[in-house]
Amino acid sequence: MAIAARDFRELKVDGMSRSFGSVNALKGVTLNVRRGEFVALLGPSGCGKSTALNCLAGLLTLSSGSIWLDSTPIDRLEPEQRGFGMVFQNYALFPHMSVKRNIGFGLSMQGRARADIEKKVNEALSIVRLGDQGEKLPGQLSGGQQQRVAIARAIVIEPPLVLMDEPLSNLDAKLRLEMRVEIRRIHDFIGSATIYVTHDQEEALSLADRIVVMRDGVVRQVGTPQELYARPAHADVAEFMGYRNLIRSQASKSGNMLNVRIGGADVQGTPVGTAAGGDVIAAIRPDDLKADAGGPLAVTVESAQYHGREFYCCGRAGDGSELYFCSEHKVAKGDRVRLAADSSRVLVYTEDAP
Amino acid sequence: MTPDSGRLARSCFAPRKGGRDARGPEGREETRPPLRVRLALRDLDAVTLLALPAILFVAALFVYPFLYGFVLSFTPKAGDWLANYRKFFSDPFLYDTIGATLWLAVPATLINVLISIPVAMRVRRVQRRRILTAILVVPITLGTVLIAEGLLNYLGPQGWFNRSLALLGLGPVRLVHNYTGVMLSLIMSGFPFTFLLTLSYITGIDPSLEQAASTLGAKARARFWHIILPLLAQGLAINLCLSFVQTFSVFPSAVLLGSPAGATRVISIVAYQAAYEQYDYSMASAVAMIMGFVQLAVVTLILAARGLVYRGAVGGGKG
Repeated sequence: MAIAARDFRELKVDGMSRSFGSVNALKGVTLNVRRGEFVALLGPSGCGKSTALNCLAGLLTLSSGSIWLDSTPIDRLEPEQRGFGMVFQNYALFPHMSVKRNIGFGLSMQGRARADIEKKVNEALSIVRLGDQGEKLPGQLSGGQQQRVAIARAIVIEPPLVLMDEPLSNLDAKLRLEMRVEIRRIHDFIGSATIYVTHDQEEALSLADRIVVMRDGVVRQVGTPQELYARPAHADVAEFMGYRNLIRSQASKSGNMLNVRIGGADVQGTPVGTAAGGDVIAAIRPDDLKADAGGPLAVTVESAQYHGREFYCCGRAGDGSELYFCSEHKVAKGDRVRLAADSSRVLVYTEDAP
Repeated sequence: MTPDSGRLARSCFAPRKGGRDARGPEGREETRPPLRVRLALRDLDAVTLLALPAILFVAALFVYPFLYGFVLSFTPKAGDWLANYRKFFSDPFLYDTIGATLWLAVPATLINVLISIPVAMRVRRVQRRRILTAILVVPITLGTVLIAEGLLNYLGPQGWFNRSLALLGLGPVRLVHNYTGVMLSLIMSGFPFTFLLTLSYITGIDPSLEQAASTLGAKARARFWHIILPLLAQGLAINLCLSFVQTFSVFPSAVLLGSPAGATRVISIVAYQAAYEQYDYSMASAVAMIMGFVQLAVVTLILAARGLVYRGAVGGGKG
């Protein structure tokens, strides 16, 4: 009697919108999630990702749009009728109940037999590796343990879909890395679909099968972590995926490539989407802009931080623009450095408003 | 109004030293820190003196009068030291007032506290909570006498209520100068207090707990019984105590709206009559002591029952 997600094929979200008064927090989100998939909703705060999650859970009603679980419309159901597991940002453990009663709460609401509940709860405890903590109150547990209880409570009802709202944001850095691995392991173990809200791109890249990047209540791009990392579809997505150098500039066509004016020099870049010259935005990750004696760009180092393997630096080019780059050799403030970037790693976007 | 206010003032003003952890190495005798430091580690320093006015105030206005009355009650006009108490408990006209007062105070307290729960549950979701709260709180500002006058006029034999009933062909109902009148007045003047307290306790419960319960399949009724009520129990106990003490000492409405010689002859009327009609302060003090003892007994009972329920934080996480 292992804990396994309730069977379903696909969750379909169609034009899901939600407004608060005159503010449109969510503008027509469309998304399909298959069983077993781990999807991260990624975006800056206020982008509507938490609103989207609450709409899926049923805690907020939709202004328009629909949600389907296979062939059943569920957008009019109350949260208690949907049967999705949800992990809250502050865990929301019931402070007056023992760990076991917290985890068993969902099962007892289903009216299961006592022995059945006990068995499932013990199994959930062992899945989240909290076997001997069952009798404690949540207040007696550490943050990481509370997190595990919250996950156990959400998965023990064997939900088709597990919703997680920035579950790691209250933990310290080391525990965050540890729980990241745990969350993915538990997801794979029970085989549910997981929708995971985060503002941390690293978390989304390492956990998810698919990332949904949101901004201002709109889905900007959906793709695998590799796709998003290597080829963001828009300049704002690129910014969010760690392309720290976003340079407004002019470009001219040169074969399949574009010549972009960056920091007073001509740099070859790859056009993305409809970019064909004229006003453009060039996006380069700092780790793709390397110190290189033969490089076309010349900058004066303004600051340099040692990040273990590399120096993470900020330099100022001849035309006054700031450029972030990486150097394997020690550089110091005031040094003159030449930089180069591979043309496939300089992405050129048309200057469109998001 | 307890000697606790001294401790409160101190912990507010003294710099926090982090309790147990800050206490020095107690086992080692050779590095014993100076007295001033040791006192400071127990949160006692010059700032503690700021609590002195409060302590004096409590002693002068609460502790001294209480002890004075206590001693006075054992020095009767005639007879031995227990004569007042013997007199009270041998005359049904006197000791029956305990029952009469409880018969008013207990139902009024229960009604006020129980009604305040659904009202507060609803009001916490209202957008313009302030306006609604202000309206509900108006009776506090009116005072019992004004409420009593209003009820006398409105519910009396010639009042609007009975005249309207007469128009419908229904006989007059007697709602004042009896038990009902006092009860209505106690509810009107007591409810705002219980409501405000309950509202603040309910809004203190983390809303994500209810959301979590609903994603786990709990319907509104189950959420109330399993989540809200257990977390509210502490607050309700305090609310019951305060409300009971307030209603048990009912005096103006029992006289104005009740029948002070009959069903609503409450214990405070006995104390009043002893003090200002018979000029027997010793007897009056004895009645006041008995009154205080009954209140203490009920409050102790409620607080003891509190041990059966959860007492702790009502937040959902590390906060």
